[in-house]
Amino acid sequence: MMDESVSITQIVQRLKGTNLHSQLEKQAKECLHKPEIKLETLKDDVRRLLKASGWERKLQNAVYRELHILPPPGHPRAPPEHTKEPLAYMRKTQVNWEKRILKSLNSMCTELGIPLARKRPVAEQKELTNKWNEMGTDEPDLSKFRPVYAPKDFIEVLVGLKNPNNERSEDLTVRSHWGLIQVSLNVRDILQMVSLPFFISLPSIFLMSRHKELVSEQDSAAAQQYSRQGCPTGLRAQLWSLILNTTNDPEDITHYEQLKARVIHHDLLVDNLIYKDVKLTASNDDYYFVFEDYLYQVLLCFSRDTAVLEHFNYNCATPPKSCIQSKSGSEQCAVVYPPNGVIPFHGFSMYVAPLCFLYNEPSKLYSVFREMYIRYFFRLHSISSHPSGIVSLCLQFERLLQTHLPQLFYHLREIGAQPLRIAFKWIVRAFSGYLSTDQLLLLWDRILGYDSLEIVAVLATAVFVFRAENLMEVTSLASAEAVLADLSTLKVMPLLQIFLFATSV
Amino acid sequence: MAGKVKWVTDIEKSVLINNFEKRGWIQVTDSDDWNFYWMSIQTIRNVFSVDTGYRLSDDQMVNHFPNHYELTRKDLMIKNIKRYRKELEKEASPLAEKDENGKHLYLDFVPVTFMLPADYNLFVEEFRKSPSSTWIMKPCGKAQGKGIFLINKLSQIKKWSRDSQVENTNSEILVGLNNDNSQLFGIIDSPLHLLICTKGLCFVRYKLGFCRFCTVKYTPSTSELDNMFVHLTNVAIQKHGDDYNHVHGGKWTVSNLRLYLESTRGRDVTNHLFDQIHWIIVQSLKAVAPVMNNDKHCFECYGYDIIIDDKLKPWLIEVNASPSLTSSTANDRILKYNLINDTLNIVTPNGEIPDCRWNRSLPKEALGHYQVLYDEEQALSESAERDLRSRSGQLLGSKGSRSSSVRPFPATWK
Repeated sequence: MMDESVSITQIVQRLKGTNLHSQLEKQAKECLHKPEIKLETLKDDVRRLLKASGWERKLQNAVYRELHILPPPGHPRAPPEHTKEPLAYMRKTQVNWEKRILKSLNSMCTELGIPLARKRPVAEQKELTNKWNEMGTDEPDLSKFRPVYAPKDFIEVLVGLKNPNNERSEDLTVRSHWGLIQVSLNVRDILQMVSLPFFISLPSIFLMSRHKELVSEQDSAAAQQYSRQGCPTGLRAQLWSLILNTTNDPEDITHYEQLKARVIHHDLLVDNLIYKDVKLTASNDDYYFVFEDYLYQVLLCFSRDTAVLEHFNYNCATPPKSCIQSKSGSEQCAVVYPPNGVIPFHGFSMYVAPLCFLYNEPSKLYSVFREMYIRYFFRLHSISSHPSGIVSLCLQFERLLQTHLPQLFYHLREIGAQPLRIAFKWIVRAFSGYLSTDQLLLLWDRILGYDSLEIVAVLATAVFVFRAENLMEVTSLASAEAVLADLSTLKVMPLLQIFLFATSV
Repeated sequence: MAGKVKWVTDIEKSVLINNFEKRGWIQVTDSDDWNFYWMSIQTIRNVFSVDTGYRLSDDQMVNHFPNHYELTRKDLMIKNIKRYRKELEKEASPLAEKDENGKHLYLDFVPVTFMLPADYNLFVEEFRKSPSSTWIMKPCGKAQGKGIFLINKLSQIKKWSRDSQVENTNSEILVGLNNDNSQLFGIIDSPLHLLICTKGLCFVRYKLGFCRFCTVKYTPSTSELDNMFVHLTNVAIQKHGDDYNHVHGGKWTVSNLRLYLESTRGRDVTNHLFDQIHWIIVQSLKAVAPVMNNDKHCFECYGYDIIIDDKLKPWLIEVNASPSLTSSTANDRILKYNLINDTLNIVTPNGEIPDCRWNRSLPKEALGHYQVLYDEEQALSESAERDLRSRSGQLLGSKGSRSSSVRPFPATWK
């Protein structure tokens, strides 16, 4: 009960400053002019009117959204870092990792002699404004830039994670874990996940017919429930937007325009990293290359969005701080850089790319991406014990595979092809760039529907199960990679169903 | 007849040759007794010409109709479509219905075209009538490398012809857009089609294909000379001619286009667009059907170039009789290989020596990625049935409900 009232207070506090709050006040005041309002029953009457006009629903959606991003409950006297991540060794590893990334970024800056941030001369600003819709035509020289890190660097950090309390046992026993992740976290097995229907929710006629009502009711929670069975293509964009409670109101557009203005005025070193990433990944992708320009429009703005810093309330990572030279030449240290606290890595743009199929207005695309990032994607590259965090997902994948296909796991291990080495890149990107887009969107429907990334780990296992026969024949890591190189023909739901039915017997 | 098919071609393309060889067919020269000749357009002229041509025997098949150009030559295409429209008007067919401005409701899919430099003066006249409209310029021949672009000032044409340094290049100018700030949506590049003559007409459409997608918005307010030409093909391939991307070649699959449209504009609008595209194909083929020599030895693979404007209305730009068999990317090669494969499965079922005496029906199981758009046989049998019943109001209502009695067929539009 104590926790609940604390949460309520927190949410009320957060909502107080928002535009929704002022709009509600305004609406409530306007209600007073209505003839059906009686002084004796003022409160109830106003409430009733707000409900009828859909404002109560908007408030509900806003509260629902806040619940998603509420910081974890903790002891009132515990420092926030402990609340965000209770395990000390995880915190330590994350801190060290952050130091490494930051060092890498700063040394790149020094080596190349490029400032972390630079105000653009007016002529350059004008040029960029004109070219805003076709930045893809630019051919900047990016050869000197390298990504700050790639998934292959990150996996090594995760593999090195060790709980100092545990004894290290070299013997391989049936009970020991054969995979690369050496920490014991509580991850769920198939049967523990919210019952079998979890994955195999077949759409019932009743639910299918609720399309139109869902959209007209504008209910976030209902939309989220609905998304568990997959969204119809024509409605997906609206449903996701509803689930994430992203709007395209004037103030959202204004916010986006402000970010755009920041891009025009200042050049950031990380911009080059973004360019390079897009050129290396999305531009070479059959599905996403057409959206190159959109990706710049989103990611460059994203880097400058200080509103993203809010997510560090529940993200165990801390925003990186660097020294920026100000105009007067004096150094300002301990400035969050990049402004949004997120240093992009190789493949980052692939989080945005699939969304381009759904939203063709940059401000809308931006809002949805940002919300997806601060709810889900950030967990894929920060070290924590959260069930949807990358560590848990990797462990879950390995445990599922070891439990349900021990022979395969053992075989792969013996030939030096640890399954996680192949699956990691899929998990880190939530399969973006590996599945065909229509299938990927069906997968992300479920991430949103179940508010969890666990399905990514389950799918990774299901892929191995599907190709198990071929994998048993291979004799090297390279040939294992080859068997699993092309996932573009896979169908997500049948794959999951096969796996679940096979393992539940 | 147990013999192997003897094939000839004057187009040295692996997608063709591999398909012949995989069927165990035997390569011969054109002076031998051949069964199957995949020929270029120049050759077909010779084969069917009055002076040097020869009669095809019953076990010979070629990949072009003698007068295939009725659809591929722009002037003839327009002539045929106009004639078709007039015929429908005479019959008082609902297809020929016009709106209050005299524009055809259902058969207006070829944009007004001017060929430069020949029609320059006519174009200028038209241009001056609607000075705020935007025009699409499609260079042909040597100037093709520039790609399609938009113009809204006469000076831009002059500049272009100066810059391109090609004399008397034939270029087409098409009316595509009539308002400012128009955004061209996309260009579908040859989803291929097939016209075969067994008993009657049958058009099938290849379900796969590529398109070029435009993301650049054209704003007439740009004043700099360079920005006047906004290239509509994907900017990535347009600007960096050398930097041609070998992974995707600047082409996007039609299924991706469909997913994008459905996701951003909704399913009904998307289905409508693709319905309209199929409509264009069927109507244009029907328009030339009467003038096509009904030669049982022939089949044809036409390639359709379609432009989609920002209202998601498709326009027929041109039809190619010899769609390119060159592949720029791996995906492209696979598509074309499969296309030829599926084509051969239809025209030479079971890889047997063709026998043009017998009327073959379309092998429905062996269609591969082809899909039936129109089957005259079926249409005739069903229309006979219909005439027995009284004509109910089941005629063409809105454009969207075109799957009505006019062209009955089993295919879905997907």
